[in-house]
Amino acid sequence: MKIRTLTLSAVAAMAIAPSAHAERGSSGHVNIIYWQAPSTLNPYLSGGTKELESSSLVLEPLARYNEKGAMVPWLAESVPTVENGGVSADLTTITWKLKPGLKWSDDTPVTSADVVFSWKYCTHPEGGCAQNEKYNDVKSVEALDDLTVKVTFGLSKPFPYGPFVGAQSPILQAKQFADCLGAKAPECTEANFGPIGTGPFTVKEFRPNDVISFEANQNYRDPAKPAFATATLKGGGEATAAARSVLETGEFDYAWNMQLAPDVIKAMEAKGKGKVVAAFGTLVERIMINFTNPAPGLGAERATAKHPHPILSDITVRKALSMAIDRKLLVEIGYGSAGRPTCNVLPAPEIYKSSANNACLVQDVEGAKKLLEETGWKAGADGVRAKDGMRLSLLYQTSTNAVRQDFQALIKQWWKEIGVEIELRNIDASVFFGSDPGSPDTFQKFFADVEMYANNFDGTDPEAYMSNWSCKQAPRPETQWQGNNMPRYCSKEYDGLVAEMATTGDLNERARLAKAMNDKLMQDYAILPLVDRGRVSAHSNTLGGVVLNTWDSELWNVADWFRKK
Amino acid sequence: MTEITPAPDTDLRPPRSQWLDVWDQFKTHRGALWGMGFFVVVLLAVTIGPYLWTIEAQFIDIRARNQGPSFAHPFGTDQLGRDTLSRVLAGGRVSLAVGITAMLLALGLGTLIGVIAGYFKKLDGPLMRFTDLFLALPLLPLLLVIIMLFRDTLRAAVGPETGIFILIVLIIGITSWMQTARIVRGDVLALKEREFVLASYSIGTPARRMILRHVLPNVLSPIMVSATLGIANAIITESALSFLGLGFPSDFPTWGRLLFDSTDYLQQYPERVLWPGLAISLTVLSVNYIGDGLRDALDPRIRGR
Amino acid sequence: MFNYTIRRSLLAVPTLLLISLIIFLLLDLAPSDPTANLPLTIPPEVREKIRQSLGLGDPIYIRYILWCKQFFINEPLNILEHIFGWQIGGDRLRVLSWQTRSPVVDLIVQRLPQTLWVVGLSYVLGIVIAVPIGVISAYRQYSWFDQIGTFISMVGFSVPTFFTGVLLIVIFSVWLGWFPSIYDTTHQVTDWSSFLVQVKQMIMPVSVLALFNAAQISRYMRASMLDNLNQDYVRTARAKGVRERIVVLVHVLRNSLIPVTTVIALGVPQVFGGAIITEQVFKVNGLGQLLIIAIQGGDVPVVQTLTFIFALLIVLFNLIADVLYGVLDPRIRYD
Repeated sequence: MKIRTLTLSAVAAMAIAPSAHAERGSSGHVNIIYWQAPSTLNPYLSGGTKELESSSLVLEPLARYNEKGAMVPWLAESVPTVENGGVSADLTTITWKLKPGLKWSDDTPVTSADVVFSWKYCTHPEGGCAQNEKYNDVKSVEALDDLTVKVTFGLSKPFPYGPFVGAQSPILQAKQFADCLGAKAPECTEANFGPIGTGPFTVKEFRPNDVISFEANQNYRDPAKPAFATATLKGGGEATAAARSVLETGEFDYAWNMQLAPDVIKAMEAKGKGKVVAAFGTLVERIMINFTNPAPGLGAERATAKHPHPILSDITVRKALSMAIDRKLLVEIGYGSAGRPTCNVLPAPEIYKSSANNACLVQDVEGAKKLLEETGWKAGADGVRAKDGMRLSLLYQTSTNAVRQDFQALIKQWWKEIGVEIELRNIDASVFFGSDPGSPDTFQKFFADVEMYANNFDGTDPEAYMSNWSCKQAPRPETQWQGNNMPRYCSKEYDGLVAEMATTGDLNERARLAKAMNDKLMQDYAILPLVDRGRVSAHSNTLGGVVLNTWDSELWNVADWFRKK
Repeated sequence: MTEITPAPDTDLRPPRSQWLDVWDQFKTHRGALWGMGFFVVVLLAVTIGPYLWTIEAQFIDIRARNQGPSFAHPFGTDQLGRDTLSRVLAGGRVSLAVGITAMLLALGLGTLIGVIAGYFKKLDGPLMRFTDLFLALPLLPLLLVIIMLFRDTLRAAVGPETGIFILIVLIIGITSWMQTARIVRGDVLALKEREFVLASYSIGTPARRMILRHVLPNVLSPIMVSATLGIANAIITESALSFLGLGFPSDFPTWGRLLFDSTDYLQQYPERVLWPGLAISLTVLSVNYIGDGLRDALDPRIRGR
Repeated sequence: MFNYTIRRSLLAVPTLLLISLIIFLLLDLAPSDPTANLPLTIPPEVREKIRQSLGLGDPIYIRYILWCKQFFINEPLNILEHIFGWQIGGDRLRVLSWQTRSPVVDLIVQRLPQTLWVVGLSYVLGIVIAVPIGVISAYRQYSWFDQIGTFISMVGFSVPTFFTGVLLIVIFSVWLGWFPSIYDTTHQVTDWSSFLVQVKQMIMPVSVLALFNAAQISRYMRASMLDNLNQDYVRTARAKGVRERIVVLVHVLRNSLIPVTTVIALGVPQVFGGAIITEQVFKVNGLGQLLIIAIQGGDVPVVQTLTFIFALLIVLFNLIADVLYGVLDPRIRYD
């Protein structure tokens, strides 16, 4: 099954270009390991990364992002734009044309009706579709003919590539899911576990939260692909074990998302069985500053805009906290080649990347001390600074994760040096990222002074992401503590920029606005970005064709993978 | 079996306290003495040690990370450059405190419920069903609920570290007494039918006295085993809790946590798992020997010989 | 004894119902959330819709009654239909997992084989090792055999499986390359060579767990033997001239097994509960892994059903232990 003739010849060097003469199934079997196990293969019912990526072997969208973040047509013939007439001039409609001759794996033709159905499936009010946001503002989706679909938006949509683009909104087969609309969606276990797709593989057996066996799709549009006849996607365990199985024992060919200390990965890679690949997207590990007072004594008004934070409302404190952090060292300790120090909350794509805040890359403990000293925060007998009887004492929370706990310890030490007392708290991820309004420990309630986690956005358009920090997004009791503005940052100027972006279509103008928003947040020190986190995966030396992609599913080009001889 | 030197001419000496006899017997058990000695050394090390070895357990010297043993750091340093020796010492303080208190709590609860259930027929049913309930409760959700409900109250009342300490001891205590209770109850059920119990029952010994004088001393050996296993169990459960983010703050070292953190570095720095691993195993082993010695010493049939 | 068994079984019904209610309330109170593991890119409104579609909007008593109906009526009917091929009534709503959106009972059935193989076998093995070790250790108390046995069992119990498991993987998978580090749950035993593959992938998890189990049981066995070896009846038997083998293996062992039976019986439900950490380390993906994933993902139906089955087994095996008590020790009478 696993023939590993390792020849370090020209073949290995030419690995990127798959051999043109390859035949479907000629490479045998490929073993993929995800340390989080997929629980279903219907990405509309579970928005988790593991489900999206495992189902992307089977289900495909009309267009997706390549490794550079550029949109490429997938099931569609081309990406519609205003220039080629696919997007109407008033930005309210977009017309997609399917490639002719596409077949589902059960040998029936793919038609525009399937596309329309996918929209209906996800937007059914009782369905609880996890990707509902992709279809925001969609008024209707109609089939103009067998291969043409027109999406109409209720307003002018400067970025109309939400529906049917990327691993988040693939096309389902209308026939298979016809009886699974709305409340009945979860009852269609068979369909959810074995969707019929257009992708390079079909599901042979699905064991939820454990393992998936795939076979090559005999009706795949490229007769020479996929090179692998069968594939296994095993799930479960932890990242160390997954990395070990690829890099040290060679049992598996591809391991996903290895969040491991850099020296651990390096030692494993030195065994010579596999390679570590990294790519960067928009994921930023950051510290959020709480602008409201989380003191328990405030009862129901705790952590709401009614009570500004007694310490952190002072911008000099926020600035000093940021200055005391050595971001380069954090990267070195926690991420190695999979991280870059960053001073922006919006680190990519290139056109949105600001360079106005790069001063934070250099740690300046003395400067931070001086700044606090000048503004009246004087060190007490125990080394902790105080002003007007207010001690610089903060509670710092994050989710439970080895790297985050190392970060907490390091940052605590730096902040202690500038005279800030820190209490650390780590909370189980299922509670921290949960949104149970009854729990005091969610990242949205933010009953702490600072908190650390990572966030990113799907695709390449930052509009929705940047609007997270508008006043109305602040979590508060009236919204059942829902909302994305964790710092409870509120600025008229910022809200103005958000409103402006919603009506701007020109790409360069949008880039200017996004940068301005990023700079505003950074210069107000509402968010302290730490690390621009890349995705790290590992593949065995005998697996060719891997192109790591952080903008779409990592397994996006699995059809091109092959076994090196 | 070990040779037990018979106490010479016991009859002629003035009566002495029972506890002196116990101590005499305990002394003849070499394993127990060693265990006791080691345990005292560990206790001293973790209580006095941090005053002698003054590097703070939470101090990060980032330039000195991942170092092997040296004069500056006899046990080496971890991935952030924290001194392993001081972390083992500080961790031992927490682990031992949690282990011993939680074990005592679990043992106390387990013995109490076991004896009552075994001795009083009417209470047997309800108490054992109560035990079933606790055995069936899923530990993790229970922990989440307890932490959610009580953490902030306790933090405000006694400070973050003591608060968490109380919570953890309580949680481990109330979720690990059931096995002891079941075993003790089983033994008591059997004991109750023994002649000496029947005899003392027939002369009208009150229940309290009966339990303390006749029943408890006879169920001591399973209790001792539970105690030994209980300490190990508590230390390990604590590490699982901090791993899940339900325990002490993450920069607060404990033996279990040190062992868990260094497992990732097993291949690169094998010495790092050694210290916490040895500390846990040897402590548990010494408690086990102390338990063996105590059981022998408290058994009048052995002591008499 | 028969009456006692019947009475206890009848009493078990309300006990179990109460337990199920308490578990349900506990899970409802717990702060985990089924949408917590979704990427942060999914907005709160969508999360709220997902929660509604899972039925979280209904009041708690309705959800509890619904679960009871699905679990106590619908699932048994399904099993009956399955076994006898009957057709009783129409479509019934089964207990559905929130994460996988598939029937919980099917998930459990799917996970059972690997858990029974790995965890069950290690338990049996643990007992088989522990009983003789306990007997010999006690009979030759403080001999070298006893000392080594004590040392190994204490190490076995005090070193957590997250460490021993990884240690074995590093030695036997990475350095020696003898055994696979990842358990293949889809592997089918059809012939001798595939059986060998199965043995190979089971060796490491089974030995880690067996060491842990044996350590615990042998301690109880030894303690109990020691208690009995000093009893008067042993002296009497020896005085009568009964052969030493019979004294130890019949008289003492039989009496010593009484408390050990409790320990063993109490351990059986834990076999079905799976070994969470060991399953995780070796990727066995049995019931333990199912439970932990469900807890982390806030998947209440799975946690509730699994814990309840667990409770059922606990009550059942406690009953068995109590009945065994009476069989092993005729002095104990319940009636």
